[in-house]
Amino acid sequence: MTMDLWAITKRVAFYALVIFIVVVAVFPFYYAILTSFKSGTDLFRVTYLPTSFSLDNYSAVLNVGDFPRNVLNSVFVAAVTVLLALFLAITASFALSRVRFRGRGIILMTILAVSMFPQIAVLAGLFEVIRFLGIYNTPWALIFSYTIFTLPFTVWVLTTFMRDLPIEIEEAAIVDGATPWVIITKVFMPLMWPALVTTGLLAFIGAWNEFLFALTFTSSNATRTVPVAIALLSGGTQHEIPWGAIMAASVIVTVPLVILVLIFQRKIISGLTAGGVKG
Amino acid sequence: MTVEATAGPAVRSTPRIQSELMKSRVAAAMWFLVPMLVALAIVAGWPLLRTIYFSFTNTSLNNLYGGDFVGFKNYLSWTTLKSGRTVFSGLLVDPAWWNAVGNTLRFAVISVTLETVIGMIVALVLNAEFKGRGIVRAAILIPWAIPTIVSAKMWSWMLNDQFGIINDLFLNLGIISQKVAWTASADTAMTAVLIVDIWKTTPFMALLILAGLQMVPKDVYEAARIDGVHPVKVFFRVTLPLVRPAVMVAVIFRLLDAMRIFDLIYVLTPNSSATKTMSVISRENLFDFDKFAYGSAQSTLLFLLIAVMTGLYIWLGKVRFDGGDR
Repeated sequence: MTMDLWAITKRVAFYALVIFIVVVAVFPFYYAILTSFKSGTDLFRVTYLPTSFSLDNYSAVLNVGDFPRNVLNSVFVAAVTVLLALFLAITASFALSRVRFRGRGIILMTILAVSMFPQIAVLAGLFEVIRFLGIYNTPWALIFSYTIFTLPFTVWVLTTFMRDLPIEIEEAAIVDGATPWVIITKVFMPLMWPALVTTGLLAFIGAWNEFLFALTFTSSNATRTVPVAIALLSGGTQHEIPWGAIMAASVIVTVPLVILVLIFQRKIISGLTAGGVKG
Repeated sequence: MTVEATAGPAVRSTPRIQSELMKSRVAAAMWFLVPMLVALAIVAGWPLLRTIYFSFTNTSLNNLYGGDFVGFKNYLSWTTLKSGRTVFSGLLVDPAWWNAVGNTLRFAVISVTLETVIGMIVALVLNAEFKGRGIVRAAILIPWAIPTIVSAKMWSWMLNDQFGIINDLFLNLGIISQKVAWTASADTAMTAVLIVDIWKTTPFMALLILAGLQMVPKDVYEAARIDGVHPVKVFFRVTLPLVRPAVMVAVIFRLLDAMRIFDLIYVLTPNSSATKTMSVISRENLFDFDKFAYGSAQSTLLFLLIAVMTGLYIWLGKVRFDGGDR
């Protein structure tokens, strides 16, 4: 009898912990959605459940100011950054994982070191380079600078992945006289789609969320990306923070991301643990 | 290395053909590596060198090429007054800088410690078998997926002193007796930053630890259960030693990441000297205060600190970089 009670208590405590974890994880996002549908004075009345439904905040964000433009900027910057990084990384990680040569260890170490770089350490120098190239305040400044964190990450993960592909496939291709380029594009690429999707998605999220470079290398509303736009979103007067609009904007940029992450859950988790590089 | 090179991974035919093949493969590998290495040199190597160079000049933001070399003046300089008193100036005697160093270290140590402990708890929960495990795993991915800036904004609304739900909840539960200005007050600003960072980053930690936990063979637990070993003892004697390598890797990555924190603090507690970190103060000097060279010196010091930490990690952890055979 006491054993039963103890077992029940343990079960209840365990599920209480589970519920607590889920609530803490999800609540802020839930509350942002809830807030984004409130308008007027409702906004300043704390409620735990939805009480009103208004799309005012969404229409404010989408029709006033440059927010739609900012979303397009973010999509463009993140997409081009990912394609560039994947293109450079596929060939490089073939060399790093399938060919033995002197200095491979040093190159891998350099790549890992770059991924641990504090971005602030290159900020001054990058600013100079970007000014020199004449791309300041354009999306290209961001695509250029984001390479510093997307490229090491993609190279590292794809190298880990390619190393585990069976040697026999490659041997067969070599016997048929395939060059390394053909091996990459015709033999490995079809096998690598899962890895490419995962690393691409993680790099995309990284570029989509980046703030420091975006804040520093753009200076006008029309060229900003979403994180900077949200951070700098301000109301009519200086002290009036448009919380409703901020929450609507936050929901707009987060919902696609959350959906993507939930769809690719398993892949993302395996990619994160394989790369183990960035959070 | 040389032994590996002759025992090449691919073809097992006559040595002559093999070596020619190897040569062409290595040549191709070099061509494949060049674009990536050039890209890294342009976006990382060169800018880093320029930042270090700027820290030894008096360059200003509006005149990047007009700076003169001034040696270590940004770091430390002194003048002896007529009265015989020596006055020091520069980064190494700047209290604002040391305040930022203290904030960064405090933030990094506390956040990573708590994230590891909580992450371990969450990982243990996810490693147990129960109904709805998939939902929990999906739920904890949400904080990770939300952009840092967005989570900073969400939380600054929740932590709002007048209309925030946290104050409302804590007042109702009797945890606090009056509304707290979480982000604005110097006493609680760091707590606010820690809460948001822990909320956002613990999932990452939990997933890495979970991956380690899942590699522990099931029969180990089975054996312990049959022997009647207490679960707590099993955790400290069996589980923890086995997942320690995975946890250590996660801790180091998180620590290095926490050392360079910028965005959360910039948005959640702007201009609060209680939370200003090395990255925040460097950027402020670089671009807001027109002290470009001084800011460069600060970012150079942060780089050195992280470089030393990374070096220690590689040296102590004996990480393998040969990419070798797993």
